[in-house]
Amino acid sequence: MVENEGIRRYVAHAILWIGIAIVAFPVYLAFVASTQDNAVIANGQMSLWPGGHFIETYYKTLFVGSSGTTREPVGMMLLNSLIMALSIALGKIFISILSAYAIVFFRFPFRMTVFWIIFITLMLPVEVRIYPTYKIAADLNLLDSYSGLALPLIASATATLLFRQFFMTVPDELLEASRIDGAGPFRFFKDTLLPLSRTNMAALFVILFIYGWNQYLWPLLITTRDDMQTIQVGIRKMIVTSDALTEWPVVMATSILAMLPPVLVVIVMQKLFVRGLVETEK
Amino acid sequence: MQKQSVFTSRWLPWLLIAPQMIVVLVFFYWPAAQAVRQSFLLQDAFGLSTIFVWFENYKELLADPDYFASVVRTFVFAAALAFSSLSLALLLAVMADKPLRGVGVYRTLLIWPYAVAPPVVGVLWIFMLNPSLGILAHGLRAIGVDWNPLLDGNQAALLIILAAAWKQISYNFLFFLAGLQSIPKSVHEAAAIDGARPIRRFWTITFPLLTPTIFFLIVINVVYAFFDTFGIIDTMTRGGPAKATETLVYKVYSDGLLGGNLGSSAAQSVILMGIVIALTAIQFRFVERKVTY
Repeated sequence: MVENEGIRRYVAHAILWIGIAIVAFPVYLAFVASTQDNAVIANGQMSLWPGGHFIETYYKTLFVGSSGTTREPVGMMLLNSLIMALSIALGKIFISILSAYAIVFFRFPFRMTVFWIIFITLMLPVEVRIYPTYKIAADLNLLDSYSGLALPLIASATATLLFRQFFMTVPDELLEASRIDGAGPFRFFKDTLLPLSRTNMAALFVILFIYGWNQYLWPLLITTRDDMQTIQVGIRKMIVTSDALTEWPVVMATSILAMLPPVLVVIVMQKLFVRGLVETEK
Repeated sequence: MQKQSVFTSRWLPWLLIAPQMIVVLVFFYWPAAQAVRQSFLLQDAFGLSTIFVWFENYKELLADPDYFASVVRTFVFAAALAFSSLSLALLLAVMADKPLRGVGVYRTLLIWPYAVAPPVVGVLWIFMLNPSLGILAHGLRAIGVDWNPLLDGNQAALLIILAAAWKQISYNFLFFLAGLQSIPKSVHEAAAIDGARPIRRFWTITFPLLTPTIFFLIVINVVYAFFDTFGIIDTMTRGGPAKATETLVYKVYSDGLLGGNLGSSAAQSVILMGIVIALTAIQFRFVERKVTY
């Protein structure tokens, strides 16, 4: 029995390592390719070990751009993606914490109607209303602008629901105590509610940052100018249908750069990430 | 549930909900209403005149073999993706649920692909399986497989499923692991004392207790297959070859891009909305159950 258990444990370790290998291999290959010569890769003669072109490729990717296709340097795209991801994450948190505060701590006519209007947006992902939304953004003069990238993605039923659920658990006594201290709605929000919500906001921020950074369809539609491109859109434009023109080391370096920020966020802030993921799915 | 103690103000709550409301009305409800309206209209080729045609666009769409093929394709794609990704993730989660050394490290090494964007996933996989320079493509050719997803529709679909399932492993793994860890150890011990072998224990005890998690994840994976795989398809195959990888969402995008039939594109959007509403309703039912389990 004990011996059996030992073997089982080895099997478990082995299966987990195979799983990790499956998960990591494509990324390892991308990194290796980003350090090799384009001609070698195009011949299908790529080595499985890193080559000597690391600095050259990444310098070119970040500051010069791929010569065949989009000439925009990836550094600019990274900046655009960062601005978009931060605006989406912070914007969502800002507007949903305010509306959740109103819904939970105030009584006003049509309170539940408002709640349902926000709730139903869960069922209208951007993919099902692509062209009408595009038309509105165009009418509002939002094409090729940061507000156009962020605004239509900023409304969030999940964040509102999360804050609402959390506010419900705040004991009534806290509100009464701060009332006795003479606090109005603003001070209660600022001095009591915000500090209590800090962990929730951080967990939400991690999830929303990844969500914003990884947006693809909307930026693809709304940006036409090269200097407004996000990195996800930029990658696709680097792949040309005829293989010969695609600069694979640059494409792979761009992929690595595109996944680095969100992956680091997941690894470094793992606890918050898991919490955010589980909370937002409720 | 309601708070007993609240603030009263005539205007403040409206001010607080105003930003969210404006965004929601302008960028969600208005376009959705436009899509519904547009789906009842027929526009001539130059966009000069429109007429109200009731359900003509829907009728035409449902009679279109291309659309029907896309519906079937999307469901097959979702089923294949959910099955492959869920089974691999469950296997890994069961292994990681054992009292092993370094489980925390395994978890970290398995969850990060969640953060990789769909278009990047597409690029990574097309690079490995590109018929002329991909490493795995060379391997496949070496063992005698005639690998060319640029021409063979089934292979292209397989490519998309592999890439999409790869990304989803991390998410499924995380929720399976949480589900497994919430099963009390005493249940396993009791079964072990009764002499049940580990594999039997898994199918008779663990698996049934996991069903709420499994249902929840099936819904999530179907939603993912429908909507979040757009970036993967767009970088890998752009719906081709010969529409072999054109899912419903991709069809809305490419039909509208060609600028052709606005009414039909709108009708497609409305049908998709119906699908999302159904999926969300199912999801909430199961989540309710999960809570009261």
